[in-house]
Amino acid sequence: MAGVLVLVEHASGAVDDLSLQAVALARQVAAGAPLAALLVSEGGRDAAAQLGSHGVTTAHVAEDERLAAFAPAAWARCVDELIDRLDPSAVVAAGSNRGNEVLAHVGARRDLPFAANVTSIGAGEPPTLTRVRWGGSLLEEARLHAPLALLTAAPHMVAAGPVNGAAPPDVEAFAPALEPADLVVQVSEHVDATATGVSLAEAKVVVSGGRGVGSAEGFGILEELAAQLHAAVGCSRVVTSAGWRPHTDQVGQTGTKVSPDLYIACGISGATQHIAGCKGAKKMLAINADAEAPILNSADYAVIGDLTEIVPAITAELRRARER
Amino acid sequence: MNVLVCVKRVPLTGGRIVLTDDEQAIETRHLGHTISPHEECGVEEAVRIVEQHGGEVTVLTLGPPEAEEQIRDTLATGAHRGILLLAEGEEWDAQATAAAIVTAVKARRAAGDDYDLIVFGNESADSGGFQVGIRVAHALGRPVVTGLKGIAIDGGHARCEQEVGGGRDVYDVPLPAVVTVLEGINLPRYPSVPAKLRARQKPIERITPERAGARLEKLRLVLPPGQGKRAEILGRGPDAAPAVVDVMRELGVA
Repeated sequence: MAGVLVLVEHASGAVDDLSLQAVALARQVAAGAPLAALLVSEGGRDAAAQLGSHGVTTAHVAEDERLAAFAPAAWARCVDELIDRLDPSAVVAAGSNRGNEVLAHVGARRDLPFAANVTSIGAGEPPTLTRVRWGGSLLEEARLHAPLALLTAAPHMVAAGPVNGAAPPDVEAFAPALEPADLVVQVSEHVDATATGVSLAEAKVVVSGGRGVGSAEGFGILEELAAQLHAAVGCSRVVTSAGWRPHTDQVGQTGTKVSPDLYIACGISGATQHIAGCKGAKKMLAINADAEAPILNSADYAVIGDLTEIVPAITAELRRARER
Repeated sequence: MNVLVCVKRVPLTGGRIVLTDDEQAIETRHLGHTISPHEECGVEEAVRIVEQHGGEVTVLTLGPPEAEEQIRDTLATGAHRGILLLAEGEEWDAQATAAAIVTAVKARRAAGDDYDLIVFGNESADSGGFQVGIRVAHALGRPVVTGLKGIAIDGGHARCEQEVGGGRDVYDVPLPAVVTVLEGINLPRYPSVPAKLRARQKPIERITPERAGARLEKLRLVLPPGQGKRAEILGRGPDAAPAVVDVMRELGVA
């Protein structure tokens, strides 16, 4: 086919947003050549119908009851089979945990290089591409020396968008030739989380604290402000390393990536490790004693001074405003 | 249980990244070095496993001679010995790195010293390739589970937990295996002064591996757009509170 194959993740019959971004990157790579999708397991047929408007012409759905629970090597086997059958010039997946994992398996199986978290790819032979490093704090331009390009799309760096007048794709089901070794690593159990308050990843407002908060107890005033705003409480890596807050509260390159309407950074200096986790915020307010702190190069608004005075004053002002 | 942990020396970037004039690297003249938070937790997890089940922790890195510093840091937090794969010059790509690690592991195995568990960070702090652990597992013919927030060793198996939307996915894999971990799987210990002194005496084996050509060839590094933004100062001290609330109202969050 000499087109592009894109691995599409889906849940409950709907395509994941990050996979739609992968389809958009795949369209860029295909440059007019046919675009095929691979969907694994149950619900794949329903999800496939949404892909026509994103430029996919054929959707291959891998069906086997052994694929009901996620198994990375089995997914890689499905990709591998379609590579043999379709001979694409590139395979693209989402820059998700699973997308990166499965394409790394494919790269290992076929002894091919794999470029994770790509933002754009140029023409030329061999092609040059741009990918993210340091959780997005730095970009890398690289040349990919491979007969088949394996790429994942960096999350939220490629805009997904429908194309005009496209029909639903042809759906072709296939039964991959799975081997026992492909199923050695497979999800065997799912443990549900106990819901606690506002989820950090989905909160509209995040009140976050850093070294400047001073102690675990110091977060009390941040909790009070968060309660006024129905916000989640976050923190920087210094705070989790000191044991003041659990790691589940950490915002950063190695913590949670957040994208609230407003991110309030209290006593956070603004290390690249932290900014990598909160640069998705629409607006950022920094409350910091140091007017020269690096966080002021990432924030939209700042209040300079002692956060132990400023944070309670904002909480009180919100209460007053509500009573008026 | 013999556990191998693979780590990577990276700059401690702080608040602002500055590139070298040739755009090939981060300017590190004024920076220290460290390893990824994921890898720090990988070392801690390995040390806890051998504290519970016996055995030894070996820490391996591929890097310049100065990467001995990062190995010594891990030896001060409980690892027993180090392997330094000396790699001068340009950064190695993921395939070349994995090949060098596989050669080193096979050499240890030939010497009668195998690893029951090989631990990686889920991705390196700098290049973030998400693949070296998986490539090593394939080359050794071992199962690999990634992105772990929990590992429990039980006999010849590892119960591995991954955080996913709405809870945790559990994998049960036979040993020997390869795992990649995420920060938050544990809270790493700080080294004591006596531990730092003892770390100086622990053995580090130095190997100069053969380098394969880069197939994902770095051409140059680029700072992303949007640098040099400057925040609007709403005020100083608690008197700024009304201005903050005005902004919150404009944004529709208050």
